[in-house]
Amino acid sequence: MTTPEPHAGNVWPIWEVFVRSSRGLSHVHAGSLHAPDAAMALRNARDLYTRRNEGVSIWVVPADAIASSDPDSKGSFFESPQGKDYRHATYYTKSEGVKHL
Amino acid sequence: MSTPQTATQTNDAHDGGHGDISVGLSGAGASGDGAASATRITPGNALRPEDIALAVSRGTAKPSADVAELALRLGDDALILAQRLGHWISRAPELEEDIALGNIALDQLGHARSFLSYAGGLDGRSEDDLAYFRREPEFRSVQIFEQPNGDFAHTIARQFVVSYYQFELYRRLAQSTDATLAGIAAKAVKEVDYHRDHSAQWVLRLALGTDESRQRMIHAFKTVWPYVDELFRDDELTGRLSETAAAPQPSSLRADFDRLTGEILAEAELQVPNVQPAPGGGRRGLHSEHLGYILAEMQVLAREYPGASW
Amino acid sequence: MASQTLQSVPAEPSPARHEQSLEDVARRDAEGQAYFDKVMAEDSRIEPRDWMPAAYRKTLLRQISQHAHSEIIGMQPEANWISRAPSLKRKAILMAKVQDEAGHGLYLYSAAETLGQPRDQMMQDLMDGKAKYSSIFNYPARTWADMGAIGWMVDGAAIANQVPLCRASFGPYGRAMVRVCKEESFHQRQGFEILLELSHGTPEQKQMAQEAVNRWYAPALMMFGPPDDDSPNSKQSMAWNIKRFSNDELRNRFVGMMMEQVKVLELTLPDKDIRFNEETKKWEHGPLDWDEFHEVLAGRGPCNAQRLERRREAHLEGAWVREAAAAYAEKQAKKQAEKVSVA
Repeated sequence: MTTPEPHAGNVWPIWEVFVRSSRGLSHVHAGSLHAPDAAMALRNARDLYTRRNEGVSIWVVPADAIASSDPDSKGSFFESPQGKDYRHATYYTKSEGVKHL
Repeated sequence: MSTPQTATQTNDAHDGGHGDISVGLSGAGASGDGAASATRITPGNALRPEDIALAVSRGTAKPSADVAELALRLGDDALILAQRLGHWISRAPELEEDIALGNIALDQLGHARSFLSYAGGLDGRSEDDLAYFRREPEFRSVQIFEQPNGDFAHTIARQFVVSYYQFELYRRLAQSTDATLAGIAAKAVKEVDYHRDHSAQWVLRLALGTDESRQRMIHAFKTVWPYVDELFRDDELTGRLSETAAAPQPSSLRADFDRLTGEILAEAELQVPNVQPAPGGGRRGLHSEHLGYILAEMQVLAREYPGASW
Repeated sequence: MASQTLQSVPAEPSPARHEQSLEDVARRDAEGQAYFDKVMAEDSRIEPRDWMPAAYRKTLLRQISQHAHSEIIGMQPEANWISRAPSLKRKAILMAKVQDEAGHGLYLYSAAETLGQPRDQMMQDLMDGKAKYSSIFNYPARTWADMGAIGWMVDGAAIANQVPLCRASFGPYGRAMVRVCKEESFHQRQGFEILLELSHGTPEQKQMAQEAVNRWYAPALMMFGPPDDDSPNSKQSMAWNIKRFSNDELRNRFVGMMMEQVKVLELTLPDKDIRFNEETKKWEHGPLDWDEFHEVLAGRGPCNAQRLERRREAHLEGAWVREAAAAYAEKQAKKQAEKVSVA
């Protein structure tokens, strides 16, 4: 696992924490924390984010390793699927009422 | 021993419509990603100190005199350690570590309460009677537990030794012929396993971090190590308990302790400190100068209002 | 709160490379403002990388970091009693509660960090006395009953403040508050039960409980902030959907809840003027000493110096540990890199 460059002196980098709340479910973003490396980030995440049985599995990711979509490109990124009703079952009305379809 | 009925708790403080944190689901039965949540909280399902106290008061768990004495010893060890570790909360080197040490202190306090509740089953005393209304010579903890927190390296050195010791002890105690001791140890051993990992991680980082941290770690081990031998001394009580397979002889834990701590120390490029062992005596009520102050602080309020309920 | 302006504010995020002409920046701001206004009108959420007005960012950063500082400093009055808790059960509860507060501080610092301010800078501001925190934590916890009064009244007031913040317009703040509120539900109850136990105990214990309630009542009410007509920032915060109710509204509602609960405790609130106003359908309370509030806020409270010194001490004494862990991580990463390059 990659470890981000520790910042100047005694400041630990930020890690994003993802928790699986029970078997069969996805990991969900729980929050972030500071840790010197991946091993400690996992342990800190266990201590901080699962004090009340919130999880059965944890992922930690260096915050600066996450690439995210550009908030200014919402239109071009996320509006294209709108208007494509034919991707959804509700578009097909003639077959309504036919069993097991 | 009863197992508590636990219901999934859903404290929904979320009164608005926006949600990428889902709440209010009933856990195990839920399926599909719609149920994924990072804040679903439950009390869990484990043996609690209250269960031991209940079993004792109902008479379903009653220790023999020897088992009660052992429970008192182990309860005192954990209690004094919890008292020491609790001091770090709000003083740790980083906020994340406040929480880590807090968890360890809470684990130890839980073990202490279970052991003391069981020990009290011999003569009807409660965990609080035992914790707050005994005098220093009546405490049975080994001296390493009462050693001062010192700097973070000292706390880690003490923690490293005691968690490796407790792990070996509880691992065997989980097989005890005494069902209650076995139950307490089975719960405790998993928690202590994590304590081992926590302290080992820090031993590596402090020993191999900076020159300063390495010097501090070496010094800390030198200060703590004289108290290691006492953990592994057998006496008449442990002899009798091991004959009935109620508990292992402390000396029988030493080889595994030495091997496993040795692996970490080697990785940390540290030597086992070459120091003389302290005479000890905690199991007979002979303590170092530190315990009196710990008890004075811990007991002051309870003793100011004897008989009061809190 | 003049010294708030001293608090460090991170640089505004710089516009993307292709937008560096002045017109581009102006266009981007106009589009951003329009989108922001739409989000506010729809009562939707702003996320960290969205465009936001500079004043919104500054207000949030100030509020969230102050909130985080309050959690961290707020650990101290209660940590003061962990070693002396009068029963092992109470000791465990108190330890868990103080530990939770460290967690809450962490969640909130994380939320503030998404606005671009590093946590160590916020911590530095706190230690330098540049940042504020809830002034109630500058009062001493004198007796065990204070653990009850803090839980019941101080956490009670905090929860009343925080539940609406779960819907704050800034996503990370709202999400942090959801987590905080869930965890805090036990904090108020444990405090209430401490007081209940004391008030049903010996006469001395009951007196201890009453005195603690008397001490913490006014500071708890003042946690909601100055009266509405003296709270210039409130209006803007409400327009930005950060605040959902005014200071006085929340305070009055809280007084009403306490009036009911104090009966169960068989104690009294030290305020003869509490009454339910039939016309306005609101609870009212007696006058509060706002001069004292401002004195404590300005640094002249009973424990201000002690609280900050304790935080400084922990941070400074921890420096070598943080350095060691950072150095170890660096060495390990280098080793790893060498291994990879050899292979």
